[in-house]
Amino acid sequence: MTEAFKKVRVEFENVSLAYGKTRVLTDVSIAIEPGEFFALLGPSGSGKSTLLRLLAGFLRPQTGAIRVGGEDVTRVPPWERDIGMVFQNYALWPHMTVRQNVAFGLEERKLPRAEVERRTAAALDLVGLGEFGARRPGQLSGGQQQRVALARTIAIEPKVLLLDEPLSNLDAKLRIHMRGELLALQRKLGITTIFVTHDQEEALSVADHVAVLDQGVIQQVGTPVELYDTPANRFIAHFVGTINLLQGAIENAGTGMVFRSESLGSIAIAGARASIGAAEIAIRPHAMQLATPGAPSDSGRIWLDGTVTEREFLGEFVRYNVKVGTGTLVVDQPHYMGEPGFAPGTRVKVGINPAQVKVLQASH
Amino acid sequence: MKSLALRSWLAAGVRARADYTWSQAAVAVLIAAFLIVFLIVPVITVVYVAFADGAGGVTLSHFGSFFSLSLMRESFWSSIYVGVWSVAIATLIAVPLAYFTVRFEFRGALLIQTLGILPLIMPPFVGAVAMQLIFGRSGAVNLLLDEWFGFKIPFMEGLNGVIFVEALHYFPFILMNLVVALNNIDSSMEESAQNLGASGIRLFRRIVFPLAMPGYVAGAALVFIKVFDDLGTPLVLHQTNLLAPQAYLRITSIGIEDPIGYVASVIMVIASLFALWLSMWTMRGKDYATLQRGYAGLAKRRLSPGQTVLAYGWIALVLAVVLAPHLGILLLSLAKVWSFSVLPDAYTLEHYATVFRDSPRMIGNTMLYCGIAATLDVVIAMAIAYLMLRTRVPGRNALDFTVTIALAIPGVVLGIGYLRTFRGIEIPFTGELLTASWILIALGYTVRRLPYALRSCVAALQQLHVSLEEAAENLGAPKRRTILRVVVPLMAGGMLAGFIISFMTAAVELSMTLMLVSSQNDAPMSYGIYLYLQSAAGRGPGAALGILAVLIVAVGTYLSHRLVGSRANTAGDIQRMA
Repeated sequence: MTEAFKKVRVEFENVSLAYGKTRVLTDVSIAIEPGEFFALLGPSGSGKSTLLRLLAGFLRPQTGAIRVGGEDVTRVPPWERDIGMVFQNYALWPHMTVRQNVAFGLEERKLPRAEVERRTAAALDLVGLGEFGARRPGQLSGGQQQRVALARTIAIEPKVLLLDEPLSNLDAKLRIHMRGELLALQRKLGITTIFVTHDQEEALSVADHVAVLDQGVIQQVGTPVELYDTPANRFIAHFVGTINLLQGAIENAGTGMVFRSESLGSIAIAGARASIGAAEIAIRPHAMQLATPGAPSDSGRIWLDGTVTEREFLGEFVRYNVKVGTGTLVVDQPHYMGEPGFAPGTRVKVGINPAQVKVLQASH
Repeated sequence: MKSLALRSWLAAGVRARADYTWSQAAVAVLIAAFLIVFLIVPVITVVYVAFADGAGGVTLSHFGSFFSLSLMRESFWSSIYVGVWSVAIATLIAVPLAYFTVRFEFRGALLIQTLGILPLIMPPFVGAVAMQLIFGRSGAVNLLLDEWFGFKIPFMEGLNGVIFVEALHYFPFILMNLVVALNNIDSSMEESAQNLGASGIRLFRRIVFPLAMPGYVAGAALVFIKVFDDLGTPLVLHQTNLLAPQAYLRITSIGIEDPIGYVASVIMVIASLFALWLSMWTMRGKDYATLQRGYAGLAKRRLSPGQTVLAYGWIALVLAVVLAPHLGILLLSLAKVWSFSVLPDAYTLEHYATVFRDSPRMIGNTMLYCGIAATLDVVIAMAIAYLMLRTRVPGRNALDFTVTIALAIPGVVLGIGYLRTFRGIEIPFTGELLTASWILIALGYTVRRLPYALRSCVAALQQLHVSLEEAAENLGAPKRRTILRVVVPLMAGGMLAGFIISFMTAAVELSMTLMLVSSQNDAPMSYGIYLYLQSAAGRGPGAALGILAVLIVAVGTYLSHRLVGSRANTAGDIQRMA
């Protein structure tokens, strides 16, 4: 069954939805390329699951259109869409066996009996549950239930595969394992897949492209690297990874551009593109370096004096809160065996690499 | 989502999809029409007659004349008295039983649950006769007491008898509601209180008791309503100075025009509605969602040897008293002579022969009426449940509310309402009067038992996560197919439960039956039992017919469980998965 999937393009065009005065989605437009693994990322209540349910046909947008493979499906009922969805709670029917669950969609398509049996078995084999056909869903573990849900959806060879928080009900170890399996399966089948999650690490690690939603509005669409390195706004900067955001203004100091803020004073930002006026700068914790005052230091960096206030050991690195002026910076330092690091209360120098400073103009 | 309220509101919105379809609206209209014709209009007619001055105006004069009659005043106060005391005695029986089952580790739990349902199988008026033989002035217990200790206890004297019988029959309502309420309390509720320093009586008073309170009040309100509704027991015990018997006697002896009967009806409706309102009011805003993920019930404790003896002693005593009427009826149905003696003097099967000779038609009638009523109930209840939980058809909650109100309409009142509303109306083609046909009896049963079926179906559908249906639609099954292949099979257990409870309780209905049966040919078993029990000579056959009724209900319940057994288990599956 692996070659049966045709790759289709999915488009949301100016889709809006509101319940009374509560706006759930506002003017959402996204284009998802054929065969890609696409993630919808956002905090709970951001509208990401609603978007998925619109595509599955359980909801209808008040305005806008949804196109699958170029065809407008906005008014097509769910059962005629051929868009397979794996539900967050798996939604396996407890009154049917695993095999009956998987065969359901094929039976609804009135396929010949032999064909139903063949494809049911193939789908179960694909997820490694060939032996479990006669069991009831209640007799399976969480991970197995999810595979059945996946097999049930794959069996109908849908145009698009939707995964609603597929990993949220699994424990940490299994989550990472299933993440790999899902990706491998998607690559094997080549089916356009849309994946909803609130976990940015999950989205960044598997998706080709990610759309970040907040309060029903698309904040940014891009590759994981784009989201991380060039966040479009404050929300993205905060939501994707850990970041230091500092408010201030860009000024022309005669020798070049400087970023002046109350908390840090002036920092030269020669390398970055910026226009004069109110702005924010964003610095990732690992783009800074700590050193003991007086120690020889790299002159390519901007050095500020500070005091360590908190220290959090995270294994690969140590996360410090460093008080600089009136503000606090989060700084990550790699951890190596035998290095004691800096204790809270220690006076340190913080070295900022200007090339790693991202200037956000104050539009938000 | 910002707040829980918004979240659940959105969830409801999402669940309900964009709009409702015409067919859903048509079903809602059809059900509404049924409820209007067979519930609302008859009740309003009764209220209207109680206030009508005969010239199109409104008057309070009927109420004036009602309260000027000393018999009516006495009936009014006696009804309140019996209602309140029955609730009190039922509470005394039920609360310790509920607490033992939930709180302590001991083997009697299952026994108590079974015991809890037993009294509901046999109608109280049947038990009343046996109770007189056992607890009456010359009954077995008092004969023994007198012989051994030289005194008697007036269990069955006057209104005491009614209170005793009602409390014994209806305490399961309190027991079952309370057990559910107690079981729903998560152990974390208690543990957090203990963590904060509460224990013992204080923990019970501040945490366990308030959390279980809505369950208790719901049960108590139901008992009160049932006692007000019961017509058979007072009639059998010859205690006619109560509202239900007075309403019945005024209408049957003086006539359908007599306003006093209507006034008594209105007072009964008000009292019952008040009890229902009280229980809803207690529940309001107290839908303590105490069940959490990884839920564990209240911690069970071990009983000390002394406590064990006390607990078992109490249960044994209650069991003995609760089973007494059943045993009594069984003995009575087999007794040749039984009076002024502890046990019957001689035994015979003659009563059963009499019953089979005289009343096979009644058995058939009961099966017919209750079968129709229970089937209609499940169909209507299923439809209302679906409209309520899965669609946004306007007025869906009004349907639910109206059905619930039916709980508080006494059978006598509905019966009077039917007689008055449908008088003179003929059934098309046959020319038979509607009020003289059995159709009204079956439809009356349907209306009266609908609340039970509805609760059962709503509970079953609530357990069904909506994604189970969406998954079916997602895989290509249209609405109708989804309902057929996913919803109905998964709800089979709940629907069956609804059917059984409707059938069982309709089979022992007497209050409305007495009002509506117009010829022996159309009489169901409950009416037959009552007729037999009217005369001393008829007690034997009456008891035999009562035993048959209990058997039919029991066998029916067992068979349907067997039939849908494997499916009914799925309810457990769902709970585990949800």
